Amino acid sequence: MTPLSPTAAPGTLRHQLAEFWTYFSASRGALVGLLFIVFIFAVALLAPWIAPHDPALQNRDAFLVPPVWHAEGSWRYLLGTDAVGRDVLSRLIHGARYSLSISAMVVMLSMAVGIFFGLLAGYFRGWFETVITRVMDVVLAFPSLLLALGLVAVLSPGLTSAMIAIALVQLPYFVRLTRAAVIGEKDREYVIASRLAGAGHGRLMFNTLLPNCMAPLIVQATLSFSTAILDIAALGFLGMGVQPPTPEWGAMLANAREFMGSAYWAVTFPGLVILLTVLMINLMGDGLRDALDPKLKRS
Amino acid sequence: MLKFILIKLAQLIPTFIGVTIVAFSFIRLLPGDPILLMAGERGISAERYAQLEAQLGFDRPLITQYLDFVGGLLQGELGTSLVTHAPVIDEFMSRFPATVELSLFALLFAVIVGLPAGVLAATRRGTFLDHSVMGISLTGYSMPIFWWGLLLIMLFSSTLGWTPVSGRISYLYFIEPVTGLLTIDTLLAGNWDAFRSALHYLILPGIVLGTIPMAVIARQTRSSMLEVLGEDYVRTARAKGLSGFRVIMVHALRNALITVVTVIGLQVGILLSGAILTETIFSWPGIGKWMIDAISRRDYPTVQGGLVLIAFIVMFINLLVDVAYGVINPRIRH
Repeated sequence: MTPLSPTAAPGTLRHQLAEFWTYFSASRGALVGLLFIVFIFAVALLAPWIAPHDPALQNRDAFLVPPVWHAEGSWRYLLGTDAVGRDVLSRLIHGARYSLSISAMVVMLSMAVGIFFGLLAGYFRGWFETVITRVMDVVLAFPSLLLALGLVAVLSPGLTSAMIAIALVQLPYFVRLTRAAVIGEKDREYVIASRLAGAGHGRLMFNTLLPNCMAPLIVQATLSFSTAILDIAALGFLGMGVQPPTPEWGAMLANAREFMGSAYWAVTFPGLVILLTVLMINLMGDGLRDALDPKLKRS
Repeated sequence: MLKFILIKLAQLIPTFIGVTIVAFSFIRLLPGDPILLMAGERGISAERYAQLEAQLGFDRPLITQYLDFVGGLLQGELGTSLVTHAPVIDEFMSRFPATVELSLFALLFAVIVGLPAGVLAATRRGTFLDHSVMGISLTGYSMPIFWWGLLLIMLFSSTLGWTPVSGRISYLYFIEPVTGLLTIDTLLAGNWDAFRSALHYLILPGIVLGTIPMAVIARQTRSSMLEVLGEDYVRTARAKGLSGFRVIMVHALRNALITVVTVIGLQVGILLSGAILTETIFSWPGIGKWMIDAISRRDYPTVQGGLVLIAFIVMFINLLVDVAYGVINPRIRH
């Protein structure tokens, strides 16, 4: 393998980062994934400035205009327009904001709550652990999309309820991973040393144990992020997520479905963007797993 | 072995209770009065309100209501649909075979394509073939299947006209249900044309639903095969002079299959989630579409009953997988 940065002393954060980067950048797929994700986040951030049109603007003289490479296409609408004359490209660019920000919120919410309960369950064990694991088993007994749909129906369809529902469905994975990692770590010497030095429960859990349990959680976070994008889009597609006319990718697909026979572009591009984004996140996730999993480290 | 199964069953009881509590709370968690919600925008008379309240048992204490609900559940009583006024259990039973048929076909497709692809990728590790299989499988794994379904409909149904867009079989055929699986019932009836028709309707939704499981199976098969191929007994088999094909098929694959079988079993939840989307796109009359319709019509008894039944099925199949795993791998049992 390539030598690590000689300037950083082993054990320091800089050394760890350098080591991580060595393994991560060894995978071409992971790098491509990372680049794409940086790109799509940039697109989402800059949406109002780079989108050629207003995503909600309905051009009455341009219904279902095909993409530019068709004879009837026009440079005004690179990827064509939908049934009410809105520019597909602009809607996709603005849609990135919704898909990415909702999914990021889902992951943060799910991860924060999951880590909290997982830490408590793994640290205190006993009846608390039993209750938590049983509740998580119940969540896992339902097919995830069905449970999310049911929750959204209870909370009334919309952005916030979709977010909460999907975060809840993802919760068991974070709880289980954290719990397992904590159980594996809590009897190690450094934890015992810290406890003997007088650290309290809170300090032991959040300062001593948690940083050493993060590796699998980070990998799970990327997986959850891609699943969240798919689930948000699925809810939007079923009309239970982000409501039209918001240019969310799944909702765009649902709108375009009626015109599937006459306007393939309105269906093809939103789905392609979902697929590409999810694929790239998964590619990066694979690279992250290889770089963070100590079992696979060759040194 | 019996003890192992009994322990596994006992562990399911808390989950079972949890599932019933979730389903029971479902109607009661709704913001607002469930009866007014069920009545919808037309409103409801005071008499009818009282009648419904008594009928649904909402006037009794919560704990009594819950015990009644579980008692009914154990006798197969799940209430009646607000829309069709038919018992929820009957509605479920009439649609369940359609989902079973679709899921079985999807799983069959996933195994037939995914397993050999994974074996090939493992034995040709690092080659172009390996990279292609892994690339395709990662793409399949990342697929928004509702879009995948629309894409295949656009190509095969709208443009090429090869496959029908929706339903289970041509209206020209009426087949007496025996198993409820049309591909099997048509064969039992000896009606080849009907069988071809049923298969025609099944193939596209089956492929769509099978795409993600296929990707998962291919990935898992490849990594288990790679692990097994490095084992001593594989080297021994090679050293004995057995042909490469025989070593791979008999010595390596059989052991690699242990983890693959577990992964196949774990696809059930994914299949049922996917069935909701696939059935919606292809108007496949199964329980996924039934649940979606019930949710959008706010048919709460149906949603509640459906949730319980589907959760039970997932739990039951997970139990079967656990037991099967115990049979294949005796170390798990202790």
